[in-house]
Amino acid sequence: MARALDKYLRKGLSGTTFCPGCGHGILLGSLLRAVDELGLDIHKTLFVSGIGCAAWIPSPHINADTLHTVHGRAVAYATGAKMANPELTTIVVSGDGDLASIGGNHLIHAARRGIDLTVICANNEIYGMTGGQTAPTTPIDAHTMTDPEGNQYRPFDLAALVLAAGADYVARWPVTRARALTESIKRAISTHGFSFVEALSPCPTQFGRRNQFDSIPALYDDLDAHCVERGTSEAAPATNGPRFEIGEFSRSDLFANGSAEQK
Amino acid sequence: MTDSTISSRSPETSSPKPEYLLGNVAATEGALAAGCRFFAGYPITPSSEIMHLMAVRLRELEDGVFIQMEDEIASISALIGAAWAGKKSMTATSGPGLSLMMEGLGYAAMTETPCVLVDIQRAGPSTGQATHVGSGDVLQVRHGSHGDYMPVAFSPWSVQEMFDLTIKAFNWAERLRVPAFLLADEAVGHLRESAVLKKDVETWDRPRPQGPIEEVTPFGTAEPDGVPPMPHFGEGANLLVTGSTHDPRGFRKVDDPDIQDTLVNRLTAKVLSKRDEIVETESYFLDDAKVAVVAYGFTARSALAAVKACRKEGKAVGLLRLKTLWPFADKEVAKLSAHVRSIVFPEMNLGQLAGVARQHAQCDVVSLPQTNGRVISPGRIRGTIAKVWD
Repeated sequence: MARALDKYLRKGLSGTTFCPGCGHGILLGSLLRAVDELGLDIHKTLFVSGIGCAAWIPSPHINADTLHTVHGRAVAYATGAKMANPELTTIVVSGDGDLASIGGNHLIHAARRGIDLTVICANNEIYGMTGGQTAPTTPIDAHTMTDPEGNQYRPFDLAALVLAAGADYVARWPVTRARALTESIKRAISTHGFSFVEALSPCPTQFGRRNQFDSIPALYDDLDAHCVERGTSEAAPATNGPRFEIGEFSRSDLFANGSAEQK
Repeated sequence: MTDSTISSRSPETSSPKPEYLLGNVAATEGALAAGCRFFAGYPITPSSEIMHLMAVRLRELEDGVFIQMEDEIASISALIGAAWAGKKSMTATSGPGLSLMMEGLGYAAMTETPCVLVDIQRAGPSTGQATHVGSGDVLQVRHGSHGDYMPVAFSPWSVQEMFDLTIKAFNWAERLRVPAFLLADEAVGHLRESAVLKKDVETWDRPRPQGPIEEVTPFGTAEPDGVPPMPHFGEGANLLVTGSTHDPRGFRKVDDPDIQDTLVNRLTAKVLSKRDEIVETESYFLDDAKVAVVAYGFTARSALAAVKACRKEGKAVGLLRLKTLWPFADKEVAKLSAHVRSIVFPEMNLGQLAGVARQHAQCDVVSLPQTNGRVISPGRIRGTIAKVWD
């Protein structure tokens, strides 16, 4: 992390608890760069998180008000705090299991209300902290502790989910494209309304080692190879497996892919 | 260094006249008089009148916030977020909603978040009889969330107490930084009778930081039963609020046995240290009583009628009415049990508090349970008294 961002980090911490190769540190960097470049008053900014590895991105690392809640409820806690004090820039940072499984109902209702919240979802496609179980974002055929023969159920498309629920700003980037991620976090925070940024953040410990990735760079290369930036001539991924459309999304995109009959 | 603060609203020039109103309405007015400025809730019978009135009254206030959440889990979550943002906060629910709120209750206890939960109890378990009365939640509020904690809970028997005890619930929630309950039953929530809604009520605010904000320990005190000062979001305290075990500053300490032990013991000790002030009871005809009825909520009205009828028959029977359910009136029950032959304990569940009373009583405690969704009649209580008497 650049020394320039040290001022946002809580004193007295010896390091992060993230595993080697975890993408969450890059996301923390992107988030703090966004805070810095926007010139946010950190003492009027509230970071809310749930339970899981991603919930530890803001708490305790960021030297601001942090609310580390119970599993799945971060968005509901944030809603109460923001309603009670609208001057608080309120940013939720949590994982895909926390926000989209146990907390899925709170997520879509917050998107529906359009209260001024920014939700950043660190999507590692698996439950990391609890030991590598299938998440609602786990790709079909991926191996997990609870699906050792491969997951048979479709993953959520989180961007489409929150868009359909009414989100005002939605973007998705892998942490391998940190500059674009930072810019989207800035736009999300600046948007008055419900904003959602999905950060694809690899988990070598729980996902990589169960899915035949021999090294951390191999996992990152694979993620990047499966991302196709919207509105560019980037080639579709050559390999099998999940394909992520990345970039910014709008409501008009909702039925663009394979659902023409719903137009 | 810090203390809770007390204040009174400016006294009215003339004392207010009695009004004829619904119990649930009186609880709402009590909350507003106590300083409640945030309500989050989810529709549920038989508590919804409270949410309906809050939806109007809070929106009339410049600093009032009302939000209907997607479920009761979200309601208590929003409540806690709002409390840390500086509002006195409340929700209202009934059994099925209360069950969903158990995780938030534990989080509020662990993070020492002042908040008030009004529970208008109906007949359970599960959906049970949504429009009919019960008192089946009295042990749930005490033990329903995992781990050890100590809530404060009051049991009103009248529309007047729906107002008065809601204010007390707020004041103790604030003074002790705990979740506090108005644990009413449907019969009192839906009772209509006269009550005086005083304007000049005594209100307490949570202990607030004095001195440099960076030196504040929001989650620990030097005393084993202290209440730490509570900064709010946006004040520069760089708060670390977490439901994980934490040190006085808020840092997670999930492997330290001493910090876990000190914290969990203080969460209960701080409430018990004020036990004699919190626990309120009323005595009727107890001076020479040979048999005592112990009752709470609407049941205490039937119990008083039964006791008066027994007195007319010449039986020395009295009533101990519990206004506070948690902490439990253990000393009062113990003292009573030293002077009477038997205690009769009617309640609208299968003997939840009678079992607790038995742990403290020297005499026989005869449970009179009823779970048919109807209030216990004075006649039934008299019948049990007669059996005990013979």
